[in-house]
Amino acid sequence: MSSHSYSVRRYTPERGTMGKVFARDSLLWRLDWILLGSALVLSAVGTLLVYSATRGRTELNHGDRYYFLLRNVLNVGIGFALAVAVVAVGHRRLRGAVPVLYITSVVLLLAVLTPLGSTINGAHAWIVIGGGFSLQPSEFAKITIILGMAVLLATKVDAGDRKHPDHRTVMQALALSAVPMAVIMLMPDMGSVMVMVVIVLGILLASGASNRWVVGLIAAGGLGATLIWKLGVLDQYQIDRFAAFANPALDPSGVGYNTNQARIAIGSGGLLGKGLFHGSQTSGQFVPEQQTDFVFTVAGEELGFVGAGALILLIGVVLWRACRIARNAGDLYSTIVAAGIVAWFAFQAFENIGMTLGIMPVAGLPLPFVSYGGSSMFAVWIAVGLLQSIQVKKPVSA
Amino acid sequence: MTNIPETGRTPRVAIRLIALQILVVSLLATLGGRLWYLQIRNGQEYTEKASRNQVQEVITPAVRGSILDANGIPLADNENRLVVSADRTELLRQKDDGKSVLARLADVLDMKPQEVQDKVRLCDSKTPQPCWNGSPYQPIPITAEATTKQALAIVERRDDFPGITAEPTAVRRYAAPKGAGAAQVLGYLSPVSDEEIAEREKSGSPLQRSDQIGRSGLERTYDAQLRGTAGVNRHQVDNLGRVIGSAGNTPARPGSSLVTSIDARVQGLAERELDAAMKEARKQIDRNTGVPYKADSGAVVVMEARTGRVIAMASNPTYNPNAWVGGIKPKTYKWLTSQKSNFPLLNRAIQGQAAPGSIFKVVSTAAAINAGYPADGGYECSSSFNIGGQVFKNFESESFGGISLGRALEVSCDTVFYRLAYEQWQKDGGNNPKHPKDWFYRTAHQFGLGARTGVDLPSEVTGRIPDRKWKKDYYEANKEAWCDQAKSKDNDYATKVARENCAEGFKMRAGDSVNYSIGQGDTLVTPIQMARIYAAVSNGGTMYQPELGKAVISPDGHVKEIKPKVVGKLPISKETRDYMDEAFAGVATRGTAAWRFQGWPQNDITMHAKTGTAEVYGKQTTSWFASYTKDYAIVMTISQGGTGSGASAPAVRKIYNALYGVSEGGQIDPKKAWLPKPQTKLPTVNHDGTIKQIPAPDKLNNVEPPDTSANASGPLSPFALSPRNPEYRGDTRKPRRLS
Repeated sequence: MSSHSYSVRRYTPERGTMGKVFARDSLLWRLDWILLGSALVLSAVGTLLVYSATRGRTELNHGDRYYFLLRNVLNVGIGFALAVAVVAVGHRRLRGAVPVLYITSVVLLLAVLTPLGSTINGAHAWIVIGGGFSLQPSEFAKITIILGMAVLLATKVDAGDRKHPDHRTVMQALALSAVPMAVIMLMPDMGSVMVMVVIVLGILLASGASNRWVVGLIAAGGLGATLIWKLGVLDQYQIDRFAAFANPALDPSGVGYNTNQARIAIGSGGLLGKGLFHGSQTSGQFVPEQQTDFVFTVAGEELGFVGAGALILLIGVVLWRACRIARNAGDLYSTIVAAGIVAWFAFQAFENIGMTLGIMPVAGLPLPFVSYGGSSMFAVWIAVGLLQSIQVKKPVSA
Repeated sequence: MTNIPETGRTPRVAIRLIALQILVVSLLATLGGRLWYLQIRNGQEYTEKASRNQVQEVITPAVRGSILDANGIPLADNENRLVVSADRTELLRQKDDGKSVLARLADVLDMKPQEVQDKVRLCDSKTPQPCWNGSPYQPIPITAEATTKQALAIVERRDDFPGITAEPTAVRRYAAPKGAGAAQVLGYLSPVSDEEIAEREKSGSPLQRSDQIGRSGLERTYDAQLRGTAGVNRHQVDNLGRVIGSAGNTPARPGSSLVTSIDARVQGLAERELDAAMKEARKQIDRNTGVPYKADSGAVVVMEARTGRVIAMASNPTYNPNAWVGGIKPKTYKWLTSQKSNFPLLNRAIQGQAAPGSIFKVVSTAAAINAGYPADGGYECSSSFNIGGQVFKNFESESFGGISLGRALEVSCDTVFYRLAYEQWQKDGGNNPKHPKDWFYRTAHQFGLGARTGVDLPSEVTGRIPDRKWKKDYYEANKEAWCDQAKSKDNDYATKVARENCAEGFKMRAGDSVNYSIGQGDTLVTPIQMARIYAAVSNGGTMYQPELGKAVISPDGHVKEIKPKVVGKLPISKETRDYMDEAFAGVATRGTAAWRFQGWPQNDITMHAKTGTAEVYGKQTTSWFASYTKDYAIVMTISQGGTGSGASAPAVRKIYNALYGVSEGGQIDPKKAWLPKPQTKLPTVNHDGTIKQIPAPDKLNNVEPPDTSANASGPLSPFALSPRNPEYRGDTRKPRRLS
């Protein structure tokens, strides 16, 4: 009977709202629940870790131990709502709005350089909105770069004109990504630039652009990094970060302090950790920026190898689902968007966790889903929305 | 997946996506591996680092042990003073970093706000004193001299003074019981230096920055025993140093107390008598120079003859050691180390060296007998002795004819010893020595001269025996200067000597040996060396290592006695000893000291003595007086003080009077005797760790000191005593117990 009613429903043109939602081919049914679940668990664990790191920091939480907990929950909620909105609109329909989104994000980035912008941790990358909220436009620029490049590179291919993007298109796409990167470099926020370079690399890979472009970009990246170093574009604090990375014992109370304390906190966690909210290094506030860039140290100390390893595994799950979505996407535009998101999440997570473990230099990058920070949280959830939209709109193949 | 007609993916894209996926997996695997490395492989190491991260140690200093006299009376102990301290951590929590609190505090303490501010700042290379060079977690003392009223003002207004405490704290005190200041013997404490901290870092008893360390005297020698072990409070702190919990405490262990052989009464008397004798000497006109004696410095040593223990050791000029407590003032320090005050920090009993004059004849007599001269032979005591035109006079040019060695000692005949020394010098080959026996020099070394006695006080000097080796070394060191001066056209005494020295300063000349035989010339001895020699003659020839420490008593009552240490024997036979013993008794009855010991009950208490008057080029004579009974040896010296019997003997007799209860007229009253026998008992320890003084209340407290000069007073320091130290009044205070 059930099979009968199923077939009936399937071909029934007028379905009720509930029917629409729960139908076999409905949007809900076709969502990637594993991706969504992993992202939600990561955000939930992140909320607890942020709370653990901030409940004693009276100088930050205005005397309210739940200040950061509640704000993080709010950020996740807003992020989730944004994701739902993206799915509702659909990534294909967003295609038309990409020029507007791109220009908006560049304008916002430029606004940071005006007196509207604020400096936090050495990077002039924020716009303080008021009421304790601030906006980091570079987080949204990551999305607009992905969308913008995907539109440029995929249009001709998806139209069937070409098998792969031609050189001219690739150059246009690179120029498109170069504008926001140049502005961010002026802030200077080298961490975000690094992520964007990797995103561009991921996108070029997925777009099917000629190998020469991929190799060329890697070479250009290396050359650029050397030039930046040699020409002294970097601020002293950035040079110090690299110096401390090369030799953490250099100055344990100064430059190397962060990395040293981060490693002590994580290393002392052992196999099972000291228990959530029982980390002595965390409650002693030895690790600076522990709720944002160094949030992984809380996991390392309080949850141990098992818990922190599970966290990495969860990120792995998100990336695995994202890769799967990229592979199964219906058109190149979708593939590029998903692959760009994979490159973004993968590199940012690797850099963030890597710096707390002392295998990457310190850069001010949040851990996706886990770190405290509104703009970052909104951006990653918008990305989740994009991935889900691609997943939902993919051709029915099974 | 097979039929995806509308997909834009080509095989190239598909392969690249798989490559991307592999890359992602390898990145995550890297993170996992590194996580394992940190948490599992090196987890232990980081756990240790983490625990070190969070614990700050606050040191509670141990109460320093007391230095007690032989009866248990504290010579150095601690008193509770109200110390006002500031806690930096608490101050920094205030909105203005505690500035207003410190300003209020300065007001209460009548100090300048800037002064208080400066005291709590941390020292670094750029910060001048005053500043705090201890741990920032340690309460920083602002003043150790708060009044009760000031302390109450602070304690009662807690809210106005966050982080400020006013607590009674143990502070060193040198109480000078019975006038026994004993400044140079006790020594003093001063803050540790960086080198000392570094040196002791790895040892079992590391030093803290805020520690005081014994710098001199007994405080230094017995520093390790007196110091105790500091307590440690371990606090868990966060990254800003805010205390978030306790991580265990180790209570402080107070230091042990040192029982010395010093008798406060005798010490006080010795100090007064020395001072009085010097003041008296300054009233006498020196016939050689025509001006009053300068009597610039002096020393007395009272030693137990049969143990080498020191009962009193006085050095003059002296000072008030309380000047060091709570940090010495720069002005005071400058004074103490200046020529003007004549260096009262020096302990002249062990650091003052001078030619011994005739008290050296104890060595010369022994040397002569060992060289084969019969003691009772007839030796010519002429008024002068002539060697190649150089005339060596007898003291005050007296002549006694042919006398025995014993009589030569009694009357202190120089010419007898001149002749013997000259003969020996000739036998040893004169100016061209061949296998010299050097009896006179060898014997001096055997008597322990020219070497440290090993007394348990720091910085003892060796003195000097001008033997052939020394002459040679001295010549090598000085020949250039001598020969330079020899070229001068002047013909004064110094130039003549320089010429002579330049030509043959490396030689042991006849005049050198002759001068040496009566303790003149380049010979230098310390009072402690001579006291030990005369004590050894008294006890039958045993030389002890002089000691002041008698026992170390730990806070739990464990007593560790410091036994007398035998270091050698005098190189004399029993017969020689007895012979000399009789001669020294003769000195007191019919010799050079007889006029000073008239009426002494010689039959009951046999007094032995030897006077000495040493000439020093360019200075007035040094007065020496060496003496002993069967129980004690007393040696006294006054630099530029006149003759031995004239300047020093009366003071020494007064000390004997007190020890044995002898009146001025020579009557013995056993009830008045302070110490007819050396103290062999040790003070006992109560269960609470306090020291119980040896019960002899009538003797300890009710004895009037024998007549001493009216102006005998305690400290001679030129700086007035602070009114906060009223206890430094000599013998009027009751002995304090340890607390």
